[in-house]
Amino acid sequence: MNQRPLSPHLGVYKFMYTMSLSILHRITGCAAAVGFLLFVWWLMALASGPAAYASAMGALGSPLAKLLLVGFTFSFVYHFCNGIRHLVWDTGRGLERAQARRSGTVVVVAALLLTAVAVWFGCRAFGISP
Amino acid sequence: MSLRTPLSKVIGRGSAGEGVGHWWVQRVTAVALLPLTAWFVISLLGQSLQSYDAMRGWLGQPWVAVPTILLVFTLAWHSKLGVQVVIEDYVHAKGAKTTLLLLSTFVHIGAAVAGIFAILALALS
Repeated sequence: MNQRPLSPHLGVYKFMYTMSLSILHRITGCAAAVGFLLFVWWLMALASGPAAYASAMGALGSPLAKLLLVGFTFSFVYHFCNGIRHLVWDTGRGLERAQARRSGTVVVVAALLLTAVAVWFGCRAFGISP
Repeated sequence: MSLRTPLSKVIGRGSAGEGVGHWWVQRVTAVALLPLTAWFVISLLGQSLQSYDAMRGWLGQPWVAVPTILLVFTLAWHSKLGVQVVIEDYVHAKGAKTTLLLLSTFVHIGAAVAGIFAILALALS
C-alpha cells in the first residue's frame, strides 16, 4: 500500500484555539446530522397520529433525552454561527490571524448565548417552567 | 511554470478529478439553510409542542408546510455532503469507506423522503 500522507494530517500543526473551533465545527456538524434524523423521526410521529406523537413526546421528555436535546441545540447553534464565519472567509474576508481569533471568540460567545435563549424558549414550548 | 496540461485547465476539475461541485453545493445549501433554519427554530419555539392538535394545525398550513419541506430537503443535502467529507477524511480502508458512504447516502435520502412525506401527509389530509 502506498504510504504517502493523506489529508488531514493533524499531527504536524501546533495547537491553537482556532483549530479546536474548526474541529468543533465538524463534531457539531456530525451531531446536527444525528439531530436531523431525530427531527425526521419527530415529523413521522406527528404524521402517524395522536398516540404516536404522545409517545414520541414522552420519550423526548426523559432526563437523558432532555440533556441530548440541549446538546443538539448547542451543536446546531454553534454550527450555524461558525458556518456564517466560514461563509465570510469564503468571500476572502476576515482571514488575518487577529481577525480569525476575534471572530472565533464572537462565535463561541454568540453560540452559548443563543443556546441559553433557545433552551429557555424550548422549555416554555415543552410546557416546562424554565 | 505550470505543470498542468491545457486540457486539464479547460476541464477545470483539479487534482481530485471532481471539480468544485461538492464544495460549491455545500455553500449554496449553507446559505439557503440560514433563513430556513432560523425561521423554523424561532417559529417552532413559539408553539405548544405537547399539543398534537396545535402542532398538526401549525405544520399543516401551506405557508408553514412548504418552507419546512424546503428545510428538510436542504438539510438532508447539506448533511449528506458534510458527512461524506468526514467519512472520506477519516476512514481509509476502502471497503469500510464505500460501505459507510453508501449507508450515509441511503440514510439521508430515506430521511429526506420520510420527512417530506410526513409534512405532506399533515398538510394534505
